[in-house]
Amino acid sequence: MKVFASFVRKEFKHIERDTRTLVILFAMPIILIVLFGFAITTEVKDIRYTVLDMSHDQYTQRLAERFAANRYFIYKGEVSNRQQAMAKFNHGDVDMVIVFGGNFAQELGHCTGGSIQLLLDGSEPNQAATRAGYAQQVIADFAQELQQSSATGQQCNIVPVTHLLYNPQAISAYNFVPGIIGLILMLVCCMMTAIAIVREKESGSMEVLLASPLKAMTIILAKLVPYFVISFADLVIILLLSRYMLGMPFAGNLPAFIGISLIYIIVCLSLGLMISCLCSSQLAAMLISLIMVIPCIYFSGMAFPIESMPTTFQHVSTVMPARWYVSVVRKLMVQGVAVKYVIEETLILAFSAAVLLSIALASFKKRL
Amino acid sequence: MNSIIQAENIVKTYNHHRVQALKGVSFEVEEGEIYGLIGPDGAGKTSLFRILATLLLADSGTATVDGLDVVRDYRKIRNRTGYMPGRFSLYQDLTIEENLKFFATVFGTTIEQNYGLIKDIYQQIEPFKNRRAGKLSGGMKQKLALSCALIHAPRVLFLDEPTTGVDPVSRKEFWEMLQRLKENHGLTIVASTPYMDEAMQCDRIALIQNGQFLTIDTPQGIIAHYDKPLWGVHSDKMHQLLDDLRSWQGCDTAFSFGEQYHLTVKPGVSQAALESYLHGKGHSQVAIAPIEASIEDCFMALMDQPETTMKQ
Repeated sequence: MKVFASFVRKEFKHIERDTRTLVILFAMPIILIVLFGFAITTEVKDIRYTVLDMSHDQYTQRLAERFAANRYFIYKGEVSNRQQAMAKFNHGDVDMVIVFGGNFAQELGHCTGGSIQLLLDGSEPNQAATRAGYAQQVIADFAQELQQSSATGQQCNIVPVTHLLYNPQAISAYNFVPGIIGLILMLVCCMMTAIAIVREKESGSMEVLLASPLKAMTIILAKLVPYFVISFADLVIILLLSRYMLGMPFAGNLPAFIGISLIYIIVCLSLGLMISCLCSSQLAAMLISLIMVIPCIYFSGMAFPIESMPTTFQHVSTVMPARWYVSVVRKLMVQGVAVKYVIEETLILAFSAAVLLSIALASFKKRL
Repeated sequence: MNSIIQAENIVKTYNHHRVQALKGVSFEVEEGEIYGLIGPDGAGKTSLFRILATLLLADSGTATVDGLDVVRDYRKIRNRTGYMPGRFSLYQDLTIEENLKFFATVFGTTIEQNYGLIKDIYQQIEPFKNRRAGKLSGGMKQKLALSCALIHAPRVLFLDEPTTGVDPVSRKEFWEMLQRLKENHGLTIVASTPYMDEAMQCDRIALIQNGQFLTIDTPQGIIAHYDKPLWGVHSDKMHQLLDDLRSWQGCDTAFSFGEQYHLTVKPGVSQAALESYLHGKGHSQVAIAPIEASIEDCFMALMDQPETTMKQ
């Protein structure tokens, strides 16, 4: 036990004295969260828009003026047909096109609701959604005003139809935080552990350790402990940041969430350990972990919804531990469902942890 | 004297038997002696150390250290041996003291418990004990590595090229430390070196080449076995001299040895004959003198005739 404690202390010293590693371990999660956090809460300004007015009546005029007067919008001239509007879009001259339907005033008068279409660039879904929101606000204000000024007090609806070009399915920004948690734990546990063990091989100190009566198990566990602790610290940092900086709700069962996260951390540590058994240089370890981490980003649903993947890829994704973990985070953190709905994921993660850890321990060589 | 290490017909190959590192090596090391493995890079010294230190498995052959089998009782052996790899293998980012403390704990002991053993060596680097190992000079690194290998009071010390990359003064000091360890603590030391001059510091040496032992004897014994006349030759045109010597009909072998060339000659030739030959080639200030063979001369001679190897 004394040997183990002294080994763990040594590991912490290694980490503490390696500034580069320290930065990766603690700055990376913070930077990622802050970056993605701003993608979520970005204040959208200077929305460049153009108007395609097929009605040319007093109402479209007044509504267009409303937009022009709003400080968030910048008027970029009028176009006379859809082709011109698309051309402006394709050149990146505008962010939004407001299309008034042919009989705007009449429709408004008949209270069937004036038809407005908002065309937005969906390749940046978060931005587009925010822009659409602003535009809808302007339109809704206008509709309300019309209603108040109307003598009859009749209901006058203007229902804008929002259409996101290029990517009609806007991905919810809340998707990112669960994904980042999965990714960071993967990077810290898998890559950093692999590198830490391979570094001993590369520097030759593994030779001295093996020539000592230390048991392989002691070496491995002592190597894992610091990264286990750091991963956990990272998890707490991410949770605090997403709760208090990004204002994300934490709807679910916190102890269950932490428990499942610990299982996922063990999965990642075991992966890192396996990599370290395969490689003899830090560079190779880094590359192999990246090869493991990148599919984990693609197939875990961090960035792209699994449901919209081809069936083959959906099957591939089922062997990615990150997929199950991200699903747990989403359910427990964002949706706030009861623990019984994540039992399947938990069992799969626990099973992978057991399998991977046994493989890793079995493949660790007690000689050179 | 009891032999503390016994190796029987050790064979080690790499790359699916394509590279033969050790071609059936047998030897014994007696308790309390300094045993030198002398040979050039790639001779198989490191492979042999790793097999004895239980870090590698031999393809065939058996070896025991302190009566324990290197394969079956590897963990017990690891408690009783100190191993210092050829490359500095301690933690560069830990200080001298932290390294030493760590290895003491790993072996289940403390610095205080075995301080007597390392005192002589550790005292020299103790003033810098808070300096990181990566920032030490070559000689200091070796002293630290030796201290770490000694901290658990091993029965046998394996030193793989301990003086490579170390300045001449530190090399000399290092061998003096080994002598004191042997005399004061009865430690058995097996050390390898590519430096022939260090061979004289050993009680017995094995000359090793291409995975085979050429000979095993005391340094004096090996030199005494050297039976050819040996001349040291020097002239004013040194760069041309070696070629001229080798093309001389009376020449057997000629090698560069620092300031001069060592020449062995065929029977029945005289110094006067060589002198006149060299004058004919345009050399002046020719100096020829019979000299005593060094270990290196013996090594060169043994390398020359691989058929007569393995004489015990």
